[in-house]
Formats: sequence, structure tokens, C-alpha cells
Amino acid sequence: MARYTFRLNGRLVSVESWDPEQPLLYVLRGSQGLHGPKFGCGLGQCGACTVLIDRQATRSCTLSLSRAAGRDITTLEGLGTIERPSRVQAAFIAEQAAQCGYCTNGMIIAATALLSRTPKPTVDQVKQNLAGNLCRCGTHTRIVRAVMRASQV
Amino acid sequence: MTALASLSRRDLLKAGGTLVVSFAFSVTLPRDGAAQAAASAPDSGKPLDPTEVDSFLAIHADGTVTVYTSKPDVGQGLRIAMIQLVAEELGVPAGRISIVDGDTAVCPDQGGTGGSTGLTRGGTEIRQAAATARQALIALGASRLNRPAADLTISDGQVRPSAGGAGVGIGALVAGRRLGVKLDPKAPLAAPARYTVVGKPLLRPDVADKCTARHVYVHDVSVPGMLHARVIRPPAVGAKLTSVDESSLAGIPDVRVVRMNSFLAVVAKDEWAAVRAASALKATWSDWQGLPGHEGLDRYLRAGAIDRDQAVVNKGDAAAAMSGAVTKLSASYFWPNQSHASLGPSCAVADVRADGAATIWSASQGPTGLRTTLSKSFGLPADRMRVVFCEGSGSYGTNGGDYAAADAVLLSKTVGQPVRVQWSRQDELAWDPKGPQQMIDLRAGLDANGRIVAWDAEMWLPATRQGARPYLAAEAAGIAQENGSNGGLLSQNADPPYAADNVRVLVHNVKDTPLVISNLRAPGKIANVFAAESFADEIAASLKVDPVAFRLSRLGDPRAIEALTRASQAFDWQPRTAPNPQAKQGSLLVGRGVAYMRYKQAENYVAMAMEVAVEPATGNVTVRRVVCAHDCGLVVNPDGLRNQIEGCIVQTLSRTLHEEVTFNRSRVTSVDWASYPVLRFPEAPAVDVVLIDRPAEPFMGAGEAATAPVAAALGNAIFDATGVRLRTAPFTPERVKLALAGR
Repeated sequence: MARYTFRLNGRLVSVESWDPEQPLLYVLRGSQGLHGPKFGCGLGQCGACTVLIDRQATRSCTLSLSRAAGRDITTLEGLGTIERPSRVQAAFIAEQAAQCGYCTNGMIIAATALLSRTPKPTVDQVKQNLAGNLCRCGTHTRIVRAVMRASQV
Repeated sequence: MTALASLSRRDLLKAGGTLVVSFAFSVTLPRDGAAQAAASAPDSGKPLDPTEVDSFLAIHADGTVTVYTSKPDVGQGLRIAMIQLVAEELGVPAGRISIVDGDTAVCPDQGGTGGSTGLTRGGTEIRQAAATARQALIALGASRLNRPAADLTISDGQVRPSAGGAGVGIGALVAGRRLGVKLDPKAPLAAPARYTVVGKPLLRPDVADKCTARHVYVHDVSVPGMLHARVIRPPAVGAKLTSVDESSLAGIPDVRVVRMNSFLAVVAKDEWAAVRAASALKATWSDWQGLPGHEGLDRYLRAGAIDRDQAVVNKGDAAAAMSGAVTKLSASYFWPNQSHASLGPSCAVADVRADGAATIWSASQGPTGLRTTLSKSFGLPADRMRVVFCEGSGSYGTNGGDYAAADAVLLSKTVGQPVRVQWSRQDELAWDPKGPQQMIDLRAGLDANGRIVAWDAEMWLPATRQGARPYLAAEAAGIAQENGSNGGLLSQNADPPYAADNVRVLVHNVKDTPLVISNLRAPGKIANVFAAESFADEIAASLKVDPVAFRLSRLGDPRAIEALTRASQAFDWQPRTAPNPQAKQGSLLVGRGVAYMRYKQAENYVAMAMEVAVEPATGNVTVRRVVCAHDCGLVVNPDGLRNQIEGCIVQTLSRTLHEEVTFNRSRVTSVDWASYPVLRFPEAPAVDVVLIDRPAEPFMGAGEAATAPVAAALGNAIFDATGVRLRTAPFTPERVKLALAGR
């Protein structure tokens, strides 16, 4: 079986897979035991599986292991902890910007990527930037508020 | 803390969370050991009898408290509200109270989550249990402190003299025993005027965990020896499996095919292998074309064989009054099938042992009912089955989750190992039982003064059939089971909340339904209020009366009047008696609409106004802002409540603007987020919620009510902008363009 090496939340990880087309998501949730990235569609349509790859928000459900190899990957777990949340995580908690929370991973990751490029976005920029991340509970207004709050820290 | 109650999942999770805090990036929650331990945890005799206080509450030696309820928090914030109710009655800080929801081994049966009963039933019982526990604790404190009970109070987890002085902690008083008292329905409750916890916007305990990947979803459950499965559903709803070519799986490691009649699944050690195998497996199926197609659904309803007719409201003689009316109006409204469209496809884990003992991890909103039905369908002993609720992606009713649990049970029973089943996106949208199709005809008769003398509603609904909804897995496998059909209480709120002399609501229960239906948030009420409140607007327009004024003059209940008044004030409603004469703003037409209803005609009062912009060239509808005034009695947690109301509004805008399950003669064809679109961020309006708190009134559930007026308020706003009435949901650009062209 081929081996694939990448950096995951700051440490070097090497995994084996029988299939070079295996999406990164299954490795993150499987052998790496992470729960931040979620399976939502497997089609790159919803954003629940989003991770940061070289600081870009990337859909891990459609990114093959062979293309993930050699990259620097950060998941929700790598952003912060409940004791030391990142500013985006802290803003989501302060705004209580979740209901079921299944989309929250993707929202926080996408917002983190946005703020690293555009530290002071407008509300419209936040909405446009999150247009590809679906939320089914209708928590949109709070999520936008949380991203704006994080941008003001 | 586990001396009292048997080990529950959350006790373990809690322990796990504490133990691994230093390993920031490791798995914080029950991989293997903990979840398995939860499964094998013996019941230490914790009572489940709802007449016992100990069934609902455990007071631990360290002064912490665990609350047990069968009503799961599926993202609506029920946990914090229940914790606040208990904190208030027990005098224990909310931070010392945790909750176990939906574990059949330790939670008394209060029913499942649904119908906005989480607080009204679940919370009321638990509050009474806490009030009873308070009495018991004060009695214990009185003997320990050697003071009369009347002199004592509880605060900060201590029974202490009201006048001040040393107290004793409730943990020390209980000392690891059970309270052993019957729930006293008359135990006095804390006075609302002295509330210190209820009414405060405490943070939900799950949100921080969800933001930091600590929250355990059913998708995250893993137990030793667990295999991953994918079920292969037929390409047509009623197709039968004719052959399977297992050689098509060559090259995929450690995978096996499970086949029982037309039930087909692949089971693998590695999840990705199961996914690949499910798509690679070559199977042939019989042809089947038994669906009418979604485009004929309205005709299907009207022409369908009727199981029975039922007048659910019959006041006076609507027919006679109609014939004598000066003005008569009529209109028909249609609401399509909609999917729960959970963002994460359904998932379940089952561990069925050879002796029939079984543990099922499920995100079901009704774990107790799930246990009963799984037991009956698969011949397992209910008393040896444990369903452990583990939160899933928001379900908003009965989505595919119960079906997934049945898949997992059948597979685990067959392969003799624990099995995790996760559905695909396509299967979730295709196979979740759907929100029902609804057709509503309304007729009104007015006298010369514009008084409503007759209101006649006729609706066509899929009939309710007694029994449990059959599982897809059992059906495909040829296992005999119950054959019920139930979409919830679908016929409420088609009668007007306004003064009307003669009212009839006649329900035609249509025998068959093309797609399997289930309860989807606010079952029936969204469509019925869409019809009734659009129609009220039509009447107002025919009378050339402002829509808010029309409603206010026909409401008698002061709470209704206040809700509508507060909403119109917050919206800065400008009265007018005809569509907006200044609608045109560049390429857009702008208008505003209002709707009001009392949920189930017995619960929350909700009034809503919204402003929309319609682009005639494209048919695009943009909701600019929404104002909602909401009265659900006593507000337990205002921020949690606002979160629910905002969600109700935005989700229902999605349902009204975009959502329709499409199907051809064989299968559902809206199977991903392109073919079943939901609302996206750029469309999300500003939402302003006005809470009307009534501390002296009982609390009512708020998970559904604010959904009900949304479609009508939107349709009424589009009428104000364009002069055109939309009576069929969803208001897609194509439909809006067509309607505008026909004006």
C-alpha cells in the first residue's frame, strides 16, 4: 500500500491507503480520529468537511489523498481548544452561532480563511464568502454576526 | 458520581473530556473503550418510573446534579432550558447540572422530541421533579441542621437558614443515596418574580463543544470490532433485486456483500472501502414505474381515493352562510413534498449480540419509540435493547435516521458484529420520509360590512394509517412489519384566528401517498397558515383595507393583538389599502407583507412582517428583512429562544422559496444540493425578533411556531410588491416569472 505524508494540525503524519483516490476526509475521521470535519455530501457542495490546506478553505470530501500529500492541513481541532479557542471559535461561542452544529466546522474554517485574507470584511463579503457553505438550521444571521465579531477583535 | 446511576454515555464522555484535556489534538471522546463501556454498563437500578423523582434527577455526592429525559436535544437548545428550570427550583447553579437525553437505559419515558413538547411536557415534569426534590432536600436539611424546614432555603447548592448562617451542601445531604420520593404534583414552584436563572440567556452547553470539535455526533461513535456498511437502495422505489455480481468488488479490501431478498448492502472494515464497494457493486433490479411524478401531485391529491372525510372544525353552518353572503371569494393553495434535508446524512451504529441483546446509537428524536419498533420489526427483546441517543445533524422531524438504525440493526444481527451505517447524500434526499403534499381550497363569504360570515376550508392530505412507519430495510428484506403512515397533526390552523360567524374545515384523507411521509417541522401548519393567512390578505385586499388593520379589527385575544401590534410597530408598518404604489425601485419591485397565527390555535402567538424585493426580469425574490413578534408565555432562555425563532424563519424561507421534492415515475430526482437547493447566505435576511415575555403564563414550546406564518407573510409581501398572488410553493424564479407574466 502506498504511503502519504502530510502535516496535520502541526505534526507530521504518514498514512497508508489502498486507494490513492481515497478522499482526505475518510483518513481524517478514520485513522486520525478527528471529528471536526464532517461528511455532508461527498460532492463538494455543502462545506461540512472543510479543512484548511495551506491556509485555503478546502473540501476534504473531494480531495484525494494523493493530492493532499505534502500539504499543510489544519482542521477545527487545530484552530483552538475549548480552553483556548481561536478568535473565530470564540466569536461563534459568544454569538451562540450554532443549532445542530453540523455545519459549524465548515463555517469556522471558511471564516478563518476569509479573515486571514480579508481581516475587515463587510457583511456582504462574509455572506458571499460563505455562499458555498450550507446551513440547514437557519443559523445564518448568527454566523454572519460571529464572523463580523471575530473580525473586530 | 456514578454510584447512583448506571454509567451513562455522557457521564463517560464527561470523564473522557476531563481526562484528555491536555491532548489538544487527540480524540477527546469515546473511540472504542468509552462507547463500548457505555454499551455494557449495567443498569444499577435507577428507576425509570415517571412517578419517582429519582427517575428524572440524580444528586451526586459532589453536589452536581444529572437530569434525565427521553426528549433529545436535536440542536434546538432544550438542554439548557431544562437545566435552567432545574437550577431555579433546586437552588443549584446551572453549571453544576448536566443532562442525559434519550438513553433508554436511564431516561424515564416522556415521549420523544416533537410537536414543540420538549419544554411543555418534558420541562414541566422535570421542573416538578426538581420542586419535589427541593422539598425533600429541605426536609433532610432540617433534620441535619436541627431547624424547622420553614426556616430553610436552598441557594448555591446548600440548604441553609433563610435568615443566614451555616448550611449544608445537597451532595452531603443525599450522600450518594437516592432521594426515594414520589413526584409531588403539588410541590410549590419558585415564584416567577424571584427567578434568578429562568429568563437569563445562559449559554448552551453544546455550542462551545460544537465549535471546538468536542461534541460527539452519532457519526463519531465507534465501538470495538465495528464494521462500516453502506446500503444499496433500488434505482426505482418498488424495484426488486434480480441479481448481484460480486466480482465487481475485486480489488476492494475486506468487503462482503449482504443480501436478503431485495435488501442489499456492503460491509467493510474500512469506511472508504464500503463507500467504494457500494458504488462499484453491479446489481440488476426489476423495472418499476409506480409514481405519478411530482408535476401531477395536485391532481393526484384531488383525484385520490378518500379514506375518510372529517370536519375538524364545524362552527355554525358555513354552507348556508356562504349562500347568503354578499361577497364570495375562493382560492386554492398547494404545498409540495419537502425533505428534512439534513445537512449530514443519517447514521446509526448497532451492536446486536447473538442472544438478542442490542445497543443502538441513533440520532432519533424518539429513542423510546425506536426501541419498540425495532424490537417488533426484528424480533429482538425490547427489555434487552438499549437505544442511546447521540446527536446527529438537525433532523426537524423524522428524517432518515430511524431507517438508518433499522439498517444497522439488520446488518449487525446478520454479520454478528457491531455495524455503523451512514447514508449517502443522495439516499438522504431520496429516501428520507417526506413532509406531506397538501392541497387547500378556501372559500369565504362576507356580508355588506365586510364581516366574515362564512369560512370554508377543504383540504386534501395523505391519510394517517395506524402503526409504525415500515422500515426500508425490513421491507426490502421481506420481513413482516407494521405498515403505518403518519405525517403528524396536519389539519390544524386552516381556520382563521379572526372573527368569523360560520367556519368549517373539512379534511379529505387521501388513502395513498406516492412518497412515504413523516412529520417535518410544524407538520401541516406551514401550508395551512400559508393558505389561511394569504387568503385573509386576499379578503383584506378585496375590501380595500390595510392588512394589519384588517386583522387587528377581527382579533379579540389581547395577546394576539399585542403580538400583531408589536410586530407592526417594530417593522414600522405603513398602512395602505392596495399594493404598493411606489413598488418600483430600479429593476426591482418592493413590498411588504404580514401574517399572524396562533400555533395549533392553542399555543404561541406569532406575528411576522417582511419586506421583499422582486426582480421581474429574473423572477428572483429577495427577502430584505423580517420582523417577528413572538409570545410563548414565560421565556426560559431568551437567547436560545431567539436562536430557534431565527432558525424557524430562515429555514421556512428556504422551504418557501426553493424546496420541492421532485420525482419521476420511478424515483426521487432531487437528490443533491443542486437539485434540492436550500437557502444560501447571500439570501439570508436581517431578522429582528421581538420577544413578548409573560412570566406569569406557562411556557410553550418554540421549536416550530415561528415557521408557520413565514410563507404567508412572504406571499403577501410579493402581492404588495407586484399585485400578483402566489398560491403554490415554492416561489421559484420560474414560478414567479410565470405568475407575473399572467397578471
